[in-house]
Amino acid sequence: MYFRVGGLALLAALALSSPAIAGETIRVAIDKMNFDPPRISAHVGDTIEWASSDFVVHTATARNKDWDVTIPAKGTGRVTLAHPGAIEYFCRFHPNMTGEITVAP
Amino acid sequence: MRLVATAAGFALVLTSIPALAEDAKPNDAQIAHIAYTAGVIDIKAGQLALQKSKNKEVRDFAENMVHDHTAVNDQALALVKKLNVTPEDNDTSKALAKQAAAKHAELEKLSGANFDKAYADNEVAYHKTVDGALETILIPDATNAELKDLLKTGLKIFQGHEMHAEHVAQSLK
Repeated sequence: MYFRVGGLALLAALALSSPAIAGETIRVAIDKMNFDPPRISAHVGDTIEWASSDFVVHTATARNKDWDVTIPAKGTGRVTLAHPGAIEYFCRFHPNMTGEITVAP
Repeated sequence: MRLVATAAGFALVLTSIPALAEDAKPNDAQIAHIAYTAGVIDIKAGQLALQKSKNKEVRDFAENMVHDHTAVNDQALALVKKLNVTPEDNDTSKALAKQAAAKHAELEKLSGANFDKAYADNEVAYHKTVDGALETILIPDATNAELKDLLKTGLKIFQGHEMHAEHVAQSLK
C-alpha cells in the first residue's frame, strides 16, 4: 500500500514533465514453452511485456477476447491493461501454455 | 520389452509400424532421423492443407505447423551439424514415411469440409503418436544431453499442437 501511494506520487510528479507515462511495465519471460511467472498481479494502465527465448512464435491470448498479442520467436510483445479483473490467457498455437493476470483497478 | 509395447501403441494409430527389434535401442543418429522425418511429414501435410482448405481455423493451424516444424527441424539440423552426427535412416523412419505417403494420397483425394475434417483428425492422431514415441522411446533413449533437451522442448511444442488440433477438430463438428 505504501509503495502504491509512493508510486502514484512519483507518477504525478513525472506526469508534470512527461504526460505520456502511465503505468508500470511488468515483464513475463517465455522459455521452453512456459510463461514465467505464470501468475502475476497488475493494475489498470500497466503494460505487460512478454519476452520470449523460444524459437517458435507464441501468442498471449486472453480467454475473454480482450487482447491477442503475437510474440515472435526470440522477440517481445506487449499489451496495456484497460480493464480490472482476473484474466486467464493462453497461447493459441500451443494451448498447453497458460497464464493469469489479476488486474486491480 | 518396452520398445515392443510402444510399437504396439504405434500400431493402434498407424496400423503397420514394424516393431523395433527387441534388443535394438535406436542410437542418437537414428533418433535424430526419426524426429526430423516426423517433422517433414507434418510440414508436407500442412502445405497440402494450405493448398486445399478455405477454412480459416484449418489454415491458421496448418500455417503454424509449417512454421513450427520447420523451426524445430532447423534446430535439429544445427545440432547434428554441431555434434558432427549424420542422421541415419532406419526402419522406424522408413515406416513413418511410408504411412505418411499413404495418408497424404488419401487426403489429396478429398476436398472441402471432408478434407478439413480428415486433416484435423489425422493431425490429432499423428501428434498423439509422435508425442507417445518421443515420451517412451526417443527422449529416454537419446544419450546426448543437447539432443535430449531439444527433443523435450519439441515434445512440449507438439503437445501444444495436439491440443490445438483437438480444438480445430472440435470446431469442425
